[in-house]
Amino acid sequence: MDLALSPEHEAFRRKVRAWLKANLPKREPDDAVRGYRDPQRVSRLKAWQRTLYEGGFVAMGWPAQYGGRGAGVMEQTIVNQELVLARAPQQIGMMGVQMVGPTLIQFGTDEQRQRYLPRILSADEIWCQGYSEPGAGSDLASLKTQAELVGDEFIVNGQKVWTSNAQIADWMFCLVRTDPTAPKHRGISYLLIDMKTPGITVRPLIQMTGDAGFNEVFFDNVRVPRRNLVGELNQGWQVANATLAHERNMLGSTTRTQQMFNGLLQLAQGHQRYGKPASADPVMRQKLAGLMIRVEAMQYHSLRQLTDALRGRPPGIAASINKLVSTELNHEIAALALEVMGNYGPLARSAARAIDRGVWPYEFMFTLGLVIGGGTSQIQKNIISERGLGMPREERGLRG
Amino acid sequence: MDFGLSDDQLLLQRSAAEFLASECPASLVREVARDEEGFPRGLYRHMAELGWLGLIVPDTYGGAGLSFLDLVLLLEQLGRAVVPGPFFSSAVLATLAIMLGGTSAQRQAWLPRLAAGDAVGTLAWLEASDRLDPAGVAARARKSGKAYRLSGQKLFVTDAHVADVIVAAFRSAGRGEEGVTLFLLPRDTPGVTIKPLPSIDLTRRPMEVRFEDVELPAAAVLGAEHKGWKTLARLFDAAAVALAADSLGGAERALELAVDYAKVREQFGRAIGSFQAVKHIAAEMVSEIEPARSLLWYAAYACDSVPRDAARAASMAKACLSDVYSHTTNRAVQIHGGIGFTWEHDLHFWFKRAKWNEFAFGDATYHRERLAQLAKF
Repeated sequence: MDLALSPEHEAFRRKVRAWLKANLPKREPDDAVRGYRDPQRVSRLKAWQRTLYEGGFVAMGWPAQYGGRGAGVMEQTIVNQELVLARAPQQIGMMGVQMVGPTLIQFGTDEQRQRYLPRILSADEIWCQGYSEPGAGSDLASLKTQAELVGDEFIVNGQKVWTSNAQIADWMFCLVRTDPTAPKHRGISYLLIDMKTPGITVRPLIQMTGDAGFNEVFFDNVRVPRRNLVGELNQGWQVANATLAHERNMLGSTTRTQQMFNGLLQLAQGHQRYGKPASADPVMRQKLAGLMIRVEAMQYHSLRQLTDALRGRPPGIAASINKLVSTELNHEIAALALEVMGNYGPLARSAARAIDRGVWPYEFMFTLGLVIGGGTSQIQKNIISERGLGMPREERGLRG
Repeated sequence: MDFGLSDDQLLLQRSAAEFLASECPASLVREVARDEEGFPRGLYRHMAELGWLGLIVPDTYGGAGLSFLDLVLLLEQLGRAVVPGPFFSSAVLATLAIMLGGTSAQRQAWLPRLAAGDAVGTLAWLEASDRLDPAGVAARARKSGKAYRLSGQKLFVTDAHVADVIVAAFRSAGRGEEGVTLFLLPRDTPGVTIKPLPSIDLTRRPMEVRFEDVELPAAAVLGAEHKGWKTLARLFDAAAVALAADSLGGAERALELAVDYAKVREQFGRAIGSFQAVKHIAAEMVSEIEPARSLLWYAAYACDSVPRDAARAASMAKACLSDVYSHTTNRAVQIHGGIGFTWEHDLHFWFKRAKWNEFAFGDATYHRERLAQLAKF
């Protein structure tokens, strides 16, 4: 057991840090208030990803022939960590890089790879994920958006929901039902849909934060060429799952959690609560220390999983636990921040006396969305107990 | 960067687990629980032969010279099997006290014997105040020529009744850290009386040790006069991590028992483990245990390799695992339903040990405050 980085990796980290220092875009003062579809915001974020890509830091793990560097897990982890530490802008093309890109590498045709991969990397084309529907959330496999194969085209009808980025996306990777008679997991296909196709309507949905962070997408006789099918017909569920298993950059997210906690601690030290610094109150200290322990446990937990990945060991139950624990932890950090602030807590960012530009109530709301999205905590507990502990699956639709 | 176990460590884990599964089944724990002495001597001898008692003792003193992380991995297995007897008292507390605080003559005199299992040791620290700070050592050691006269009561001294040697903390001067002296004395020293303090944890034997004008020669001072607190402070961190390791093993076994039960117990026509309420409790248990494991590894690693972070890491691990073990055993008993509440079912051994571990060497509340101070909140 040795926590030190090798000299090569240390040198790499220094190089990344220096590159970021030289290339990070200046923070625009009005960044926080621009809407999701604001064209200036979008073009700035695309430009950032392009810069990052030209620096060699996007899709590092992709094979070189597809525009990656064939880099190892350690290098990618270092880059992810440094991006978080530098508070770099988000990567607007993340769906493409992390989801549809690897899917095409694994299941796509050469034609599809040539057509889509380069523009994913440069952020020339932005992707959104068409999975959830109003009737298919946790039970995703029950999705109903139909794609009827007529000659050389699919005719798509239906609706997707919670579609982040749909309002600015150029393309959607979409799960559709191509065989309504088959058992639900076996009648699904994975389609690539041009968002400019006639018949597609995108309607923003406003989150409780006030942002139109995601959308409904309606399909009315949308024609999609057959060549946009990824993998075999009716094999879409397997295609989607193979890349859902793609590990999230864990160390990036625990670094972000650590950052949030550091911010909370600073807040508690600086803010007077009932006449003294919040961090001097014994009960607050207990709560802060309790969170610190959980945050740091997740840091070492992700190092343990990183080590497993470096040793080529398959992710075990430890990996299933990440999403459940991290998302709830982030929400609790934000919740404690509001507790620290008392009546200042709920002040919105527009309030003159808002603390930290109102970031904490925003995070408090936003982090709850992350607890729900990507598989609710309850679904995660089902997965952990069933796949991790081998507990029996619940019989579906019990009657009597 | 490698945050994992070596092949040797994996082997140690596996062989310890196998050995204890066969040599310390729950039936032995139950048998020893009834016994007044609570000391399974045959098992202890076997563990000595395996080199477990001297795992971290330098090989010049007859030990294996392994790391604290290695010991932590072993302790986890002992906790998993809720092994009764003086392993913690002797191989951890007394051994570390002598390693950290003894003169080389004292180390030479005692470490080989402790490592071989020829002698059993323990530590007498706490008093009626149950305080862990220097003020908690109030019992006086008065100088009388070159000798000392010790008076007072020590509480919660595990295994004093079977110890050949006791490491005892007394106040030789002043009120603070400076003025605590550690003494090495045989159990049968005149003036020493030992009374059991029965605990609900049937796997441990805490004692009250009374010192009535006990006379000890200068040679009985462990290390140097008035300088004992430093040894206690370093020992404290290691003991906290050692108990955290015991707690991790115990929590994991409790979870395992609960999940195994839930897979076979049927109600309403199906295994109770198929109900979400039960499944979700199990998921929560493992979601606390696995990150705790990672944190424990770091704490052990810090004790070995990052001394400036050892105290903070020890407090994090002890706080975390104090709660995790108790929380896990509580839920495990509930998953078992009525049967989990019986004497006949084994789970109560873990449930009760969790409670001993929770408070020994600082509970979660104590360690969270210590963490707040060390992290300069």
